[in-house]
This record gives sequence, C-alpha cells and structure tokens, in this order.
Amino acid sequence: MLEYIFLMKQELMLSALIFLLLIIYLASNNLVTEKVLTGINGLLIANLLLGFWGNPTGNLFGNMYHTDGLIVFQKSLLNFALLVISFMAYDWLKVHRHYLEFYILMLAALLGAFYMISSRHLLMFFLGLELAGIPVALMANFDLGRKKSSEAALKYIMSSAFASAMFLFGAGFIYALTGTLDFFELQKAATANPAFLFAFIFILAGIGFKISAVPFHLWTADVYQGAPVATASYLSVVSKGSVLFVLAYLLFNVFQNIFITWRAIIILLALLSMVLGNLFALRQQNSKRFMAFSSITQMGFVLIALAAGKLMSTSALIYFILVYLFSNLAAFGVIAVVMDHTGREDINAFKGFYKKNPSLAWVFALALFSLAGIPPMAGFFGKFFLVLAVAGSVNYVILTLIALNIVLSVYYYLRIVRLMFMDDAETSLNRISVSRMPKWALWICTAGTIVTGVMSGAYEYIATLVKSVW
Amino acid sequence: MNLSLLIIVPLILAVAGLLVNSQKQVKGIALASGIAQLVLAFWLAISFMLQRKSAVSEFLFQQHFEWFRHLNIGYHIGVDGISVTMILLTAFIVLAGILVSWNVKRMSKEYFFLMQVLAIGAYGFFISLDLFTLFFFLELAVVPKFMLIGIWGSGKKEYSAMKLALMLMAASALVFVGITGLYFFSTTHGVHDFNLLTVADHPLPTDKQKIFFPFVFIGFGIFTALFPFHTWVPDGHSSAPTAASMFLAGISMKLGGYGCLRVAVYLMPAGAQFYSNAIIVLACIAILYGALVTMMQTDLKYINAYSSVSHCGFVLLGIGILTKTAINGAVLQMISHGLMTALFFAVIGMIYERTHTREVSKMGGLLKIMPFISTLFVLVGLCSLGLPGLSGFVAEVTILVGSWQRVGAYYQWATIIAAASIVVTAVYILRATAKVIMGPLKINNSLGEAALAQLDGRPAANWNERAAVYLLAGGIIAMGIAPFLVTDFIYPATDFILQQLSFK
Repeated sequence: MLEYIFLMKQELMLSALIFLLLIIYLASNNLVTEKVLTGINGLLIANLLLGFWGNPTGNLFGNMYHTDGLIVFQKSLLNFALLVISFMAYDWLKVHRHYLEFYILMLAALLGAFYMISSRHLLMFFLGLELAGIPVALMANFDLGRKKSSEAALKYIMSSAFASAMFLFGAGFIYALTGTLDFFELQKAATANPAFLFAFIFILAGIGFKISAVPFHLWTADVYQGAPVATASYLSVVSKGSVLFVLAYLLFNVFQNIFITWRAIIILLALLSMVLGNLFALRQQNSKRFMAFSSITQMGFVLIALAAGKLMSTSALIYFILVYLFSNLAAFGVIAVVMDHTGREDINAFKGFYKKNPSLAWVFALALFSLAGIPPMAGFFGKFFLVLAVAGSVNYVILTLIALNIVLSVYYYLRIVRLMFMDDAETSLNRISVSRMPKWALWICTAGTIVTGVMSGAYEYIATLVKSVW
Repeated sequence: MNLSLLIIVPLILAVAGLLVNSQKQVKGIALASGIAQLVLAFWLAISFMLQRKSAVSEFLFQQHFEWFRHLNIGYHIGVDGISVTMILLTAFIVLAGILVSWNVKRMSKEYFFLMQVLAIGAYGFFISLDLFTLFFFLELAVVPKFMLIGIWGSGKKEYSAMKLALMLMAASALVFVGITGLYFFSTTHGVHDFNLLTVADHPLPTDKQKIFFPFVFIGFGIFTALFPFHTWVPDGHSSAPTAASMFLAGISMKLGGYGCLRVAVYLMPAGAQFYSNAIIVLACIAILYGALVTMMQTDLKYINAYSSVSHCGFVLLGIGILTKTAINGAVLQMISHGLMTALFFAVIGMIYERTHTREVSKMGGLLKIMPFISTLFVLVGLCSLGLPGLSGFVAEVTILVGSWQRVGAYYQWATIIAAASIVVTAVYILRATAKVIMGPLKINNSLGEAALAQLDGRPAANWNERAAVYLLAGGIIAMGIAPFLVTDFIYPATDFILQQLSFK
C-alpha cells in the first residue's frame, strides 16, 4: 500500500486536489474568489514541491504503470507549467463564474497526461490520452460568451476523437498481429512486416494529431484562436509536451526494431511541419493564430531531433520542452495581459508597445528571441542541441533545410519586435498595470529563458538523468 | 591577463547603465566602459607581447571551463596575434562609437546598452577557441544591430534592419551547418569535440572538407560582403545611426574575415586549397564591382558602404590566395579598413548633423566652413585610395604582392584586376572630395538658406567628436607610418595557419 502511494505520489496528489475542489464546489455557495484562487495556487506549489521528494522507481498493475527518475522529472515539469498557467490566468479566472470547474478540468487533463507518461501498455496509454484530451475540449469552451470558443471546443473534440479512432485502429491491428499490447513484449514482437508498419503509422498519426505535426495540424490555429489564452497555453505546452515525452519513449524503446522506417517518416513530418508552419506564420495578423503556427514550426524542430541517436535526442528534446515552456508561456502571458486590457488580439495591438509598456515589451521580446533561437536566450541552446543531435545522422542537405527554416522563423518573430519597438502606436495605447500573480509568472518565465540556457545546469541534469535511466 | 575581463567588464557596465536614471549618468557609464575596454585591450596587447617569447602554445591566456559536459562544449578562450589586433580594433571603434553618439537623446539607455552588447559579442567572438562559444557570440551580435538600425536609424530603416538581420542569420545558419560538420567528422576515437584546437589537430577527411568548407566560408563571407551576398551592406550601413554604421563596417564585417581565416581556412586547409580559385573569382568581382558601383552613388553613406564591399573584397582575396604575404595582408586590411571606414562614417555623420544632407550634389565647399571635418574627410579618402603613409597602402600593397607571389597566370591576372580597382577608387574618392570639400560653398537641404546661418554657430567639431576622430585617425596614421606595430602581432600568428596548409 505504501509503495503504491510512493510510486504514484504525483497522480495521487492531483486526484486529491481534484476531489478537494469538487467538495469545495459542491459544499459551499458563498466563496470569495480571490481567496480560493490563492489557496489553489498554494496547493499547486505544494504539489510541485512534493513531486521532487523521493526518487521512486518501480512498476505497478502488472507492468502497466511505470515510474522512474526521468518520468518524475517530466511530470514535475508539467506540474510547473500548470502552475505558471494558473498564475497567468489569475485575472481571467477571478471574474469567471466557473473558475473552479476550470481547475478541475485542467487538473483532470494533467492527470491523464501523467498516466500517459507512466504507461507501459497501449491500453493504459490510450486511457491517459483520452483523459488528457477530453477535458481540454471543455476548457476550450470556457470563454462562454464567445461563439469562437464553442467552435474551438467542437473542432478540438472532433479532431481529437478522430485521432483517437486512428490510434485505436492501429492499436487493434497491433494486437491482432502480435497478440500483446504490453510495451516490453511489443518491443520484441515489433517487426518490419507491412501489416505492422501499417498499424504503426496509424498510431503515429493519432499521436501526430496531439502534437499538431503537419499534416495533422489543421485544428491547431482555429482552436488556439477560439480558446481562452489559458487553454491555448495549456495545449501548446502541457498537452504537447506530455505527448512528446511518450513519443520519444515509444520510438526509441518500443519501436526501435523498425527504426529505419519511423526515422524516414519522422524526418518527413518534421520538415513538413517546419516549412508549412513557417509559411503560414509569416502573414498571420492574429496573435493567437500566430502562436499556433509558430508552435507547429517548433514541433517540427523537436520532431527532427527524434531522427537521431537515443540519448542525445531525448536529452535535447526534454531540455527543449523545458525551454519552450518558459518562452512560450511568457509570450502567451503577455498576449493574455494585452487582451485583458485592450480586448484586442491582433498583432497590430502591439504597435508602439514599447513606449508605454517597456517592461512588458522586453518580456515579450525576450520570449520571442528565445523562440527564435537567438542567444543568449535559452531557446538558442535548445534549438542548437536539437539540431546538433540530428546533425550526425542526416546529410547536410536536410541540415541546411533545417537551418534555413530557423532563419525563416526569425523573420516573423522579429516582425513583432519591430512592431513593438520601431513603429508608432495606432491608437493611444495606455500603460498596462499587470497584477501581482501574472507579473510573478512573467518574471519566472523570463528568468527561466535567461538562466536555463547560459547556466548549463538544466541541460546537464537532464542529460545525466536520461543517461542513468535509459 | 584574464581574458574573460573583456566580456565581464562591458557586461557589468552595460547592466549598470540600465539601472541609473539620468541621461548624464548613462552616458558617463558608457564612456567609462569604452575607456575601460580600450585600457583592457592595450593591457592585453602589452602582456601578450611580453609573454609570447616564452610561450609554448600559439594561443596565450587560455582558459577552459566545461559548459555542456555531455556534448563536449566548453567555454574555451585564448588569443593569438590576430585576435589581439582584432580586439584592439574593436576597442578603438567602440570607444569612438560611444563618443560620436554623445548626442543621442531618444532612448539613450537602450542605445548604449545595445552598443555594449555588440561589443561583448565581438570580443567574445575574437577570443573564442571553442566553436560553440564562437557561434554563440557571433549570433549574439546580430540582434542588437537589428534593434540599433530599426530604432535609431534613418530612411527605410525597418526594411534595412530586417534585411540585415535575416541575411546575417542566414549566414550564421550556414556557419552552423559547417561547425556541426566539423564537430561530427573530426573524430579520432568516436569523441566529438567543438574545441578549435582539437579539431585543428584532427582535421576532417578531405571529402568532408570539400562539403563543409563552402558552408563555413560562405557563411562568414556574408558577414564580409562576399559577392553576391553583399546586398545587406549598403542598405544596412546607410540606414544605421552613425555609431552603428561604424560598428557594422568596422567590426561586424571583420567578424566574417576573422571567421573565414580562423574556422574555414585554419580548420579545413584542404577545402581552402580546393576552393581557392573560386574564392579568388568572387573576391575579384567584389573588388571591381564594388568600386564601379561606388562611382555611381550620390549618397555619402552609400559611397562608403559600396567602397566597403570593394575593400573587404581585398580581405577575401588575401585569404583566397593562401600565401603567407597575402594572408598577412588580409589581416592588415581588416584592421586598416576597420579604422578607416569607422572614421569615414564618423565624418559623414558629423557632416550630416550639420548640413542635414548626405547627397554629394547638394553640398560643396565645406572646407570653408568646417575645416577640421573637411581635412579628416580628405585624410580618410586618401587612406581609402591607398596613399603611402596611411594604413590602406600598407594593407593593399601587402595583399597585391602576396597574390602576385603565387605562381600561375590565373593569380597574376587576379592581381591585375584587383589592382585596377584602385584607379576606380581614386575616381570616386577624388570626385566626392572635389564636390563636397572644394569649390564654392553650397548647401541645399530642406532648411534652404537658413541652414547656412544655422551652421555659423557650430561648424567646429565638439570635444567628443574630436576625441573620436583623433583616436581613429591616430590609428590610421600610426599603422601607415609604422606597420611593424601591427605586423609584429600578425606575422607569427599567420605562420600557424600556414602550417596547416601544406604549402607556404
């Protein structure tokens, strides 16, 4: 019993939180929103800190569930992202009627992500995938007055259901072929016969939807645009991050026998994501749509790293997600602040932004530099390591394509910097005063984008962890 | 001495400049930083000379810290003679740049901060002995240029800023592909390393050198205005504020030349020999084409920008020829062109501040009202066309001699073509001088006749402008009269590059 608690500490804590919130929600009717929100944020901090305690390793439920140091770290990373999102959404939730439900859904989705990361069985994986997906669709609908929000929710649930169906089809096929769904047995049973590859491609397609890799990206822009900023940032960091962690495990461990096949597919997906994401991002006028296409491009960079050696690319991937977490959340944070104050989400709202709001403009600019991969921001190191990981195993033509895509992406990130710093304001933009919680979150993210790069500790820690576990 | 000081001191002072409030303090801190950098650079040069006699390795003052242990990335720094001269050049230009921007009013805090970030990027680049560190600092210096041009520039500044940023980013991307090639293929025992010295000891196989040499060379070449990738130079230089122009032409283009020499030629000698002829063709085109295009320019900044293309073509020619004399000449030309073009931009900036125009046809007879500035204009023009006694002569003659030395009609024709450009240079320099400096006084700008009256008060240069130009002009003259001041640093260092190449 104690072992259960110890091994599943992060899941159990999340479940306890969910039930606590449910009880609060059902039991009382005159709550002071600010106090509850502060309490929840406190609990989330406790949740994050407790995650670091102990170093459990072991399997549960007949090898369906597995945990080790790396998995605990990945979960803590997601916990942290959730905390930052919660801080940033403070202003929005404060005036929202259903803020408790939002937390319940978000935590439930995170719980699903945790089960997915820990799964060592395709059914368990599917369970986690669904639990991580369906609440997000509800979260997308949380701007209750806006039709776009409902549209986003519908689009997400439809494409998510479609992806699940594909995944299930593939999983069923694999079961029919090999007679097992357990990862360890699949590893031995995986062969390069056409039927197995067929099934594998369906599974990959299902996963591809979640990380919105081209050609499975069509839902992304609409959902990001329609959903509240908190949901969009959850989708872009937590949802994608968790699936990528699992994808790396699946590819390098379960499907390592068919390395040659999946490597080609992954390179193709990655290059397509980079090129199309870039081309669409070039002319976006809506800041959330812009972030959507930028995240598609970033997924391309992450995916390309998977086409390399196991240790190097996994460390690079996890490190990149850490960096991406900081930079993307900072960017979303600024977009949310501006939306809350001006009600505008088009890029031109940032024209002449620097004059009245220098610190917010710098936060946004640094986040964009980090996304663009410009030193000394952490994004530079993240991208460098991703591409370095793959450089040894692809030829220089692909390498040049990747490098040129990075340059192309620099254009649209700098375009926003240019709007903020070099153009005159269209309208009389006022000074925006950011309230306490989002401000802290922005500071944390900005500090993160600076520190995690130049100080090599984060990467070294991750690389050591990956080496020791895999 | 501790080389990291070159990064730490400007960094601390740059951040300190952000923390204070009044304009005076900001400028004071920036000036202190500029002076501190110059002092550090001189200290470095002196202690380098003192220690070199007894040193074993060519690279002195080495420091090595592990940075990303798992990937064999280290913060490894050290200097040889070439880097020392480059650091001196950077310190000169940074201080001069800070002095000429004394009157920047708008957002001066950010302005001086970005200037110093640029300086840090340049110092870090010149002292790096690790390819990752080198690349880090190379890219660090790109975005501040974008901001400086876009915010404080003139004309179509946003367009120029974006063009420059994208072309330089593309250049870094090519360099990046090249250094990953160096990382992965220079292995001895399956261990990959970014360390420049390790890679130099275990060079790539020749077929890999042939693949990756163009990446590195073209990448750095874009920084040095390699034809046909020179198009960012005129737009970027002419839109930038004076100090940024000085920095761009004086230092940023030298990053490219230094990179070509240190990374491309030093680490991939076989590739350099294989592509030598192609480089010479491109360099000759840049030299002649740059000079011819300059003849057609009417804007003083464009004149200097296109003439930079031509002069930097000499740098690439020197590197492409691969003889000892020519490579020495290339380094000399980098320094000479750095000082000269910075001075030229400073002078143009001063003229523009007073006349509010840069069009050659709208000015005339400036010697009558601003003799000091006009004299400097003439001085720098003469340096540009290679008058003996000034630095331009020393550098260009060394390159031409070096390229003539290489046996083969091909190289001698290249020398003839390059030398022919000097005539064209004389044409555009003398013509611009004649129109702007000589003749009857005239200034046609938007202010009209009022301009002349307004000028009465301040034709002479201010103290800050004087200090800046004395600094740079002093460098030009010293190098022209006593080239040994510089060549003593350079010659032993190029020997090491030539040892890598099989012939000398």
